[in-house]
This record gives sequence, structure tokens and C-alpha cells, in this order.
Amino acid sequence: MTRRAMAGHLAVLAAVLAVAGPAGAKVFEPTYFALANGLEVVVVENHRAPVVTQMIWYKVGAADEPAGRSGIAHFLEHLMFKGTQTRAPGEFSAIVARNGGRENAFTSQDYTGYFQTVAADRLELVMELEADRMTNLALTDAQIEPERRVVLEERGSRVDSDPRSILSEQVQAAAWLNHPYRLPVIGWRHEIEAIGRAVIVDFYRTWYAPNNAVLVVAGDVEPVRLRALAEKYYGPIPARPVPPRVRPAEPPQLAPRVVTLSDARVSQPSWSRRWLAPSHRAGERGHAYPLELLAKVFGGGATSRLYRALVVEQEVAVSTGAWYDGDAWDLGSFGLWVAPRPGVPLDRAVAALETEVTKLLAEGVRAEEVERARQRLVDGAVFARDDLSTAARVLGKALVTGRSVGDVEAWPERIAAVTAEQVTAAARAILKPATSTTGVLLPAAADGQAGRGPAAPPVRPEPVR
Amino acid sequence: MMRHFRALAGLLVLALVLAAAPAGAVDIRRVVSPGGIEAWLVEDRLAPIISLELAVCGGAATDPTGKEGLAELVASTLDEGAGDLDSQAFQSRLEDLSISLSFSADQDAMRGSLRTLSRNRDEAFRLLGLALASPRFDVRSVERVRAQLLTRLARNLQDPGYIAGRALWGRLFPGHPYGRPHDGTPDTLRAITAEDLRAFVPRRFARDALIIGVVGDIGADALGTLLDRTFAALPKSAPAYLLPDVAPLTDGRTHVVEHATPQSTILFAQPGLRRSDPDWYAATVLNYILGGGSFSSRLYSEVREKRGLAYSVYSYLAPLGFSAVWAGGAATANAAVGESVTVIRSVWYDVAAGGIGAEELADAKRYITGSWPLRFTDTAAIAATLVAVQIEGLGIDYIDRRNALVGAVSADDVARVARRVLDPEKLTIVVVGRPDGLK
Repeated sequence: MTRRAMAGHLAVLAAVLAVAGPAGAKVFEPTYFALANGLEVVVVENHRAPVVTQMIWYKVGAADEPAGRSGIAHFLEHLMFKGTQTRAPGEFSAIVARNGGRENAFTSQDYTGYFQTVAADRLELVMELEADRMTNLALTDAQIEPERRVVLEERGSRVDSDPRSILSEQVQAAAWLNHPYRLPVIGWRHEIEAIGRAVIVDFYRTWYAPNNAVLVVAGDVEPVRLRALAEKYYGPIPARPVPPRVRPAEPPQLAPRVVTLSDARVSQPSWSRRWLAPSHRAGERGHAYPLELLAKVFGGGATSRLYRALVVEQEVAVSTGAWYDGDAWDLGSFGLWVAPRPGVPLDRAVAALETEVTKLLAEGVRAEEVERARQRLVDGAVFARDDLSTAARVLGKALVTGRSVGDVEAWPERIAAVTAEQVTAAARAILKPATSTTGVLLPAAADGQAGRGPAAPPVRPEPVR
Repeated sequence: MMRHFRALAGLLVLALVLAAAPAGAVDIRRVVSPGGIEAWLVEDRLAPIISLELAVCGGAATDPTGKEGLAELVASTLDEGAGDLDSQAFQSRLEDLSISLSFSADQDAMRGSLRTLSRNRDEAFRLLGLALASPRFDVRSVERVRAQLLTRLARNLQDPGYIAGRALWGRLFPGHPYGRPHDGTPDTLRAITAEDLRAFVPRRFARDALIIGVVGDIGADALGTLLDRTFAALPKSAPAYLLPDVAPLTDGRTHVVEHATPQSTILFAQPGLRRSDPDWYAATVLNYILGGGSFSSRLYSEVREKRGLAYSVYSYLAPLGFSAVWAGGAATANAAVGESVTVIRSVWYDVAAGGIGAEELADAKRYITGSWPLRFTDTAAIAATLVAVQIEGLGIDYIDRRNALVGAVSADDVARVARRVLDPEKLTIVVVGRPDGLK
């Protein structure tokens, strides 16, 4: 259970959307409207229990931070639980707790979100609280300093204590040359240490505005009543000019990149490779739905191609798979990973994986494989309606990354329309050796020297199209 | 000052309303199949989904000496093929029908979870029954899963939190099954044979031993029929799960396990209360005040909010089948371990000494009662609660009674628990890292 946690793990986010996607004719059947001040509102009814979840999403994340100030978005997320002009520090959480509510918050590259789950008759209370801190945050240095230590400890827990996380951060920094997605959401340690009150307040004043936010409420609530409450609490907050989200673009990648980490805390080696890929909003967007299916067919679950070949048949790996994150505001990513079976050299497991990639690019995927994956994805949309938070997460994320409620509702149809040819074409367009970034995690060498990583990824011939 | 007081008065009224309100429309039926298998059912037609949770008592604590990790390996291999379906055939069947089936082991129980769309209901139940009645445990599947568990274990053995957990529980229960790692050691994992797996399953998964909760798109009659069909091939009964009662050994000292990492993990424990203890609800309230409230406990306030010593700090009640522990944890930079341990110990002293304010007590009860309905928002969570209530023998009306039990906790009750159970002299601490400042 994370507390005020950072949702910066893109693979996890991709998995959430993949599982949570919509199905059949309709998915969440939400009600959508906007207030006069620009606040977008989405309501999803679920009357199983007298409980409701409020989630507010701001269209700002780590990738919108000024240069040299990484970590502001996430630091601000922590500080949003301090006082406002009329509420003492800690009062927000105290009020939510004494009303039986659970709450938390999350920050990613592209958005920052806050949520509370409460008994339905407490909805008005948490809406009032959330509207208050949208515009009335009051920060003092006395509150910021202890929280800075907390954030540094969070970095210590999430990154510095775990070699896999350290490598992941380094790989991320290598995969992007120019775009701010190269920076960790939580921030570099030296920059977290240096962030001052003025830049945090400036960031808050620049981005936290009703016209830059999406409110999602899911649970035991009627849309008509929710509209009245939204007008009452959020309606009076004036809109403000918000800057466009324009980030530096990536230049073409001309050489593959390999990052190797040897660490005494590593017990078993592992390997991953990622490519920049289109998202649903940026790049060759036509590949986005096919890439969702590709990740399933090639590396999603115990009957995927990679798992079957490497783990079950050849017995060279204990785990392997593929992931796709297509929810980014700018470009997304597609990735593969493998961890060898004990006693099997890493090179052998990687070679087996590369053989599967070569076969994929040469022969493409089969129609029946795609049909199996489509069915699973579409069925996932039914399960997505089982709880409150999935709807709020999926819809909120879509609206702050450039998609619409209609896109979410049409997801099953669009997934169902993808052909095997499109999946194969997407694989051939993305999985090119020259544009990859590879991460290699190795145990420390016995002699105390850093172990040698494999050479640059072997160059494969470009597939014939 | 005034504003604060007014807010408090208003909330007292709300708390009364909350305590009186049931958890929502949770209408539980006790279903007994024609063949005598019992399940608790909440019929819920909101979505074409069925969730089933099951448990049997007796888990990793029953592993034979030298074969620790057996229950864990069983749980991880039960979905690797059954009957005439080998591993890939079984997994393909699950995936093609969008059925989720998984098993897990803890010290005192084995658990299973099934989730399916209504249209695949019969096949989902059939696969669950097949996995329990005729698991294949093919050599290659067992070796594959063993390699996965060995890899995970090797990774965990480098993880500060995992190392600390092993060290703490080993200290609390030396020579008792609770002191052994439930996921074994590399040697014991390697010593387990397919025969051990085959012998384990019928010894635990028997018809009379099953504790079942079902929530979703299914009626009592259909469930009764399916229960018999699903579990008919299991043995009728299983040996009772009994261990010697044991009190945790708590020397009250701070023990360091050296590990090269910039941040130390701190875990702490003292003797706790059984779930059946009459003071359970008072202890639940007191633990919330101590370290159970995510953003509002004494530990949170002193360690995180005021001093910024840790990102996460918490305490929890850990009742076990044959013992009980009151435990907690934090993680902090090596240089801040001395200060953190001092603050944690001093919070423990303060809370044990009493002095819980009326407002603090009321707030804790408001959270614990007010958040109760939040457990009933999805089918799997409701099914898990149905199983937990049955395991503890709390009664089919417990979900409606529970908030009144918490509401009845008085300041005297909490003070009594603080005196009777909380004991700073017994608070035993394990630190994994390269800590500074420990005396």
C-alpha cells in the first residue's frame, strides 16, 4: 500500500489500462459535462454500496517542470496536504479520516491526481475540501522542510534501496535524449534538496486551475445531484490562463543505447529493452491499438509467445514478457524483458528472446492469436465495472492525456477492429534495433570489479515489408 | 480554537449516524449444497461477474522441517495443469475464457480466488475443482515453478524489508513454525518433491474444511448444485490444524542486521492479542491511534509529519492462529536511524502510559466505523470478507453488528488495553542497513 505515492511506473500504468479497458457496446456509460470555468466533470454511477470516490486530475506532471527543478510536481503533491488559507496543516487528512474516508494522491509525467473514497453522504464534504485546496493552498517554509525530508526518504525507499529501480531510472534517462520524460518523476536527489518555496508556489499558481483539471466521481451518486454540487463548490473558482503543454521533442535516434548496472545487491541478472512508440495522442497514432494487442500476443501472460517459448518450452527463463504504455501525452513506449532461469547464462536467454523477435518481424502474428487477445481485452472491460476506482482511473487518465470519454467508450470496438496485419505492421514499425534502449542488470563480479555487460544489441536485418 | 470546537461537535452527530448505519445492502445467505458443502453467498446482479474466495486452515506452518516452502510451492503450482489438461492447456483455457484463478499460502491458511464472467461460470468452477482434485504436478511444471520461487527468494534475500521480516519473525518464534520463513530457503525449496506436493493437497483441501464466500451473478440453487459438482472429488474431511500455542519472544532490544544500503528498514514487535480476545475492538481503536491511521496516527505525526524521518511508518495487529503480535515498521536514512528508533520507542511509552484524549478516541472510532462500508464496493473484496468472517466464527450477522462493537469501545476499555497489552519494555526492534546513532 503506497501512501501519497507516485504513479510513475509506466509499465504498471499500461497494465492498468490494458486490464481496465472497456467492452461490449458500452463501457462505463459515464455522464460528462463541463462547468463554465472550464472544469471537466465525469460521473460514473455504481450503486452497489453507499460509497463514492472523488478523483481530481490536474493536467500537469513532472514533464512540465522547469529545467533543473525535477521533482516539483511530486513535491507539490505532498504539500497539497498541508494547510490552506482557512485550514491548518494536516486538517484535510484529519477531516477525511474522521469521516471514515480513505485518500491518497499520485504524480506521473503527465498528470497529478488526488482522491478520496467516502460514504456517499460525505461526498459534499470532500468536494468542499478539494475545491478549497485547488486555489487556496498556503505554504510556509516550516511545512516544506520536514516534507522535503519525507520526499527524500521516499526516494530512498523507491529508488536508492533497489538496484532494479536505479537501473530503471538510468534506462529512462538514456531512452530520451531531449524530452523531459528522461527525468524521474520523483526528481533527482540534488534537485529535490534545492527546490525552494517560490518555485513550488509558482508551479501551483501556473497549473492548478479549474480549466486545467478533470473531476471524476464514481459510485453511489446521481449525475444531476453531482452537477449541482460541482457548481456549488468548484463553480466559483475562476478560470485562469494556463500555458500550453509543449515539451522539447525527441530528435531521431541514430544509435542503440545500452545501460549496464552491476550491483552487489543483485542476485540474478535480468535484461530489458524498450523503444519509443506512438501513444494514443502522439506519433503514428494508428499503431496504438495494434500495439496494445501486440503486447498481449507477444508477451502478455502464461500463454503468450515469449512465455511459452522461453519459460515453458526452452526452459531458459523464469520470467519474460512485453508491455506497452500508450497513455502518454507525448510519445509512448514499448518494452520487452527477460530474467534467465538459475544456471542459464543471461546471453542465452536474451538470444532466445531475440530469436522470437526475429520470427515475429519475419512472419508476423497469426489471426487466431490476435483473436484470443482481443477477446481477453474486451472481456476485461466487463471486470472494469466491478469496482469504483477503475472507472475513475481510466476515465481521468484518458481525459488528461488528450483523449475523450468517447474514446474510452469506443475502446472495445476499436480493439475488436484491429487486424493481424495491423499488429504485424506496428511491430515492424517499432521494434527496430537502432532505436532501442537496453538495460542490463548484473550481480557484482566476484573479483569486485564491475561485471561486463553484453556488447551492444546484435544488429538484426531490417525486416522486409 | 472556536472553529475547531464547532467542527468537533458537528462530527459527533455524524459519528452516531454512521455507527447506526449498516454497511449497505449486503444480504448474506448461507447456502448448503445437497451434498453438505457450505458457502456464504451475496447475490449481486449488477454485473455479469462472479467472484469466489475460499480458504482452508493450515498453511506454511504445517510444512515439514527441511521442506519449508512446501505450501508456497503447492499454491504456485496448483494452476499448472490438472486432469487431462497440461500446464499450457490449463492456462489457455483460463485465458481464453477470461477466468482468473489463483492460489496463495500464508502461515495459517491456504487460499484460492476465482473470478469469472457469468457466461463461463460452469467451466470456471470446473477448472477450480479440477485444480484441487487432480492437480498434475508434472515434473517440468514443478521444476519451472521451483526455479521461479528460487529466483524470487534470491532477490528477496537482498531486499532490506524482506531481510528484516525474516530476522524479526525468526527472533519472535525460535523453534516454532511461525519463526520459519513461509517461502523456505534455497535448500528446503530444492528438497521438496512432486510426491510432497501430491500428498499436501488432499490433506488440506477437503470438503468439510472448505470455507467459501461467493459474490455476484448467481443464485443459491445454482450455487448449491455447482458446489457439489466442483468439490465432489475432494476427500470428505481433513486432519485438524493444530499447533502448540506460543507467546512471541520479545527481549525489548534493538538488533542490527548489517546490509549495504543507504536507507535502513526498521521493524518492531511486541506481544499482541488474539482475534477472539474480548478486548479486540478496543485494541483495534488503540492501534489506529498508535500507528494504524494512515495520515493521522501518533507514529505518523511524530516520525513523519513533525520530523520528516520516514516516508512510511505504521503499526498493525497481527493475530495468528496460535499466537499474536503487535507489530510495525518504518524506513529511514542510515544517519537518522538512532533518532527514529528513539522517537518510535517514546511514542510507544506515551501510548502505553495512557493519556488518549477524548477527541483522539472519538476520531479513531469515527474512522473505523465510517470506513467499514468501503470494504463492500467490489465482488472480490466482499467475498474475501465473507471468508474472513467465517474463519473467525463471527456469525453471519457480523457485518451489520460490527460497527456497534467498535462504537461500544470506551475510554476505559482503551486505557485497559494500553495497560494490559502495550509494553514498551518488550518492544523488540530489528534494523537492516548501516544505521548510525544506535546506543
